[in-house]
Amino acid sequence: MHKEEIYTVKSPYREDMTIWGYRFGKGEPAACILGSVRGNEMQQMYICSQLVRALKELEANGCINANKRIMVIPVINGMGLNVSKRFFGVEDMDINRGFPGKVNGDTTDRIAHGIFEKIKEYTYGIQLTSFYMSGEFVPHVRMMETGYQNTSLANLFGLPYVVVRKPSPLDTKTLNYNWQNEMTAAFSVYTNKNDTIDEESARQAVAAVLRFLTRMGIIRYESHSGYISHVIMEHDLTDVHVEMGGIFKGLVKPGEDVRYGELLAEVIDPYEGFIRETITAPTDGIVFFAHTEPLVAQGDIAYRLIHRLHL
Amino acid sequence: MIEEVFSVELPVGEKLVIKKNRLTGKEPFSKRLAIVTGIHGDEFEGQYICYEVARRIMGGIEYFNGTVDLYPALNPLGLDIADRKIPKLNMDLNRMFPGKKNGTTMERVAAAIIDDISGADMCLDVHASNIFVKEIPQVRVSEEFADKLLPYAKLLNTDMVWTNASATVHESTLTHSMNMLGVPSMVVEMGVGTRIDRGYGSQVVDGIFHLMKEMGMWDGSVGEIQYPAISTDGEVEFIRSRITGVFLPTIEHNHYVTKGDKLGEIVSPLEGRILEEIIAEKSGLVFTLREYPFVREGSLLARILTGIGEE
Repeated sequence: MHKEEIYTVKSPYREDMTIWGYRFGKGEPAACILGSVRGNEMQQMYICSQLVRALKELEANGCINANKRIMVIPVINGMGLNVSKRFFGVEDMDINRGFPGKVNGDTTDRIAHGIFEKIKEYTYGIQLTSFYMSGEFVPHVRMMETGYQNTSLANLFGLPYVVVRKPSPLDTKTLNYNWQNEMTAAFSVYTNKNDTIDEESARQAVAAVLRFLTRMGIIRYESHSGYISHVIMEHDLTDVHVEMGGIFKGLVKPGEDVRYGELLAEVIDPYEGFIRETITAPTDGIVFFAHTEPLVAQGDIAYRLIHRLHL
Repeated sequence: MIEEVFSVELPVGEKLVIKKNRLTGKEPFSKRLAIVTGIHGDEFEGQYICYEVARRIMGGIEYFNGTVDLYPALNPLGLDIADRKIPKLNMDLNRMFPGKKNGTTMERVAAAIIDDISGADMCLDVHASNIFVKEIPQVRVSEEFADKLLPYAKLLNTDMVWTNASATVHESTLTHSMNMLGVPSMVVEMGVGTRIDRGYGSQVVDGIFHLMKEMGMWDGSVGEIQYPAISTDGEVEFIRSRITGVFLPTIEHNHYVTKGDKLGEIVSPLEGRILEEIIAEKSGLVFTLREYPFVREGSLLARILTGIGEE
């Protein structure tokens, strides 16, 4: 393992924020894995730290294949993590909306550029990331529909689902999109948590990344074969909205099967405690995303369901 | 007449309500001008513009033709706590247009705003700068729509019209969406975040009445207006910090400088010394000047409009 400086941001009031990369193996740039780009992505940082630990052991045992180089960057926005701020600096900028960055741009552009110049050459790019909506997902691999996406490769992670998202203009500044533009096969891996650590789904994510690296001939690692992934288009998910604001009491979790008409959640009046609204499943399906915050506003998405076609 | 554009129930005893003031004169259906502001909750310049436009129209209602819709607060939750983004969601509302009628709560808000403005003959989206830099009154139009918009932009009595190349993300802005829907739309920007410069505001309001006169919406007298400097990206010199520290400007905003002039210095409060002197590399008008003292490498210090002589 070789620890190298990827980029350093200076501050007059705090210590420098150095972004560290951990390199394993030698030769062609095979795979790059990124963790916490935002200051609340603690689960993503944890997963990467466990990958560094696992790859260090595999390298010591000679299990990184010849002429294959792997880079793991567990933390980008360390300053944000230390003060519980999702975005970077006083400008509150999302580094993951700054790619490919600009060498002469603002601070966030320069951070993104500094990172991207070091990682754009890799054949496979894996980002452990979070969604803008807070809540829990079924673990899945997400890809942008850029024309370069390859869902067959995404299947090799062995996670239950592969989701293809049609990019909005804003998505064109994400790492995933720009990696694909540079012909890196890019994958975003989502587990069920962000700002807390869930050991079980972290283990699942570590196993999925190691499984993918094995199947691409980059490492040698014995693992079970995982799931045969179900590929879904994001716009095919069925959104279940709440019609009233209040306290949200979710009754089903990501991954659970639900039947048409089944009670999914209740919205409780925050003053008098009565049930203002009951939310039922509009279709048979599997819970893909669940709102998990205690409060909910009118029109919020409580659940996203994968519509089940065959029972 | 005060009207509700969109309303959504928040979790605890409150609604998020977007309001507009519809002012109607003779032949109310002949022309409609929409003036929107408050997309960014840390920008207040538009509050004065809305107040002053309403005050002048009501004071000379006999000269008024058509309809003016004033939307002072498109991001009311942000304005209430001076948060640039949408509180809690931590997203920029001006990167969410055109929204979705069946999407998340804020996507519905964005769609409702678009729906309400649609059909207008002109839309002005009034911004202050953010809290970091101060701007002279200016109109910003994207290159894509410049031919159509420039004749109107020149009427707004601003110091400058900046036609800038449209970054992809600009496709998610309100003005881009409205222009795509056939409503000529421009961004008017002035001042600095969280403050109101009454002089700048009155200058722009004079311009708005000129625009209304041109559109056949105002028969009353209007004063002389100035014609703005028209610039493209190539004529704007960006000056960014090369170092981290505290910026102390040595010039006034809205000031002509010549090549070699000192614009300011970046100092170290801890060491009590000047770290870097900021020198103009080109002559021109300092139309943007940093107000927020703390800078990192890449922070915007000033923008100079080059290619114009001092008048």
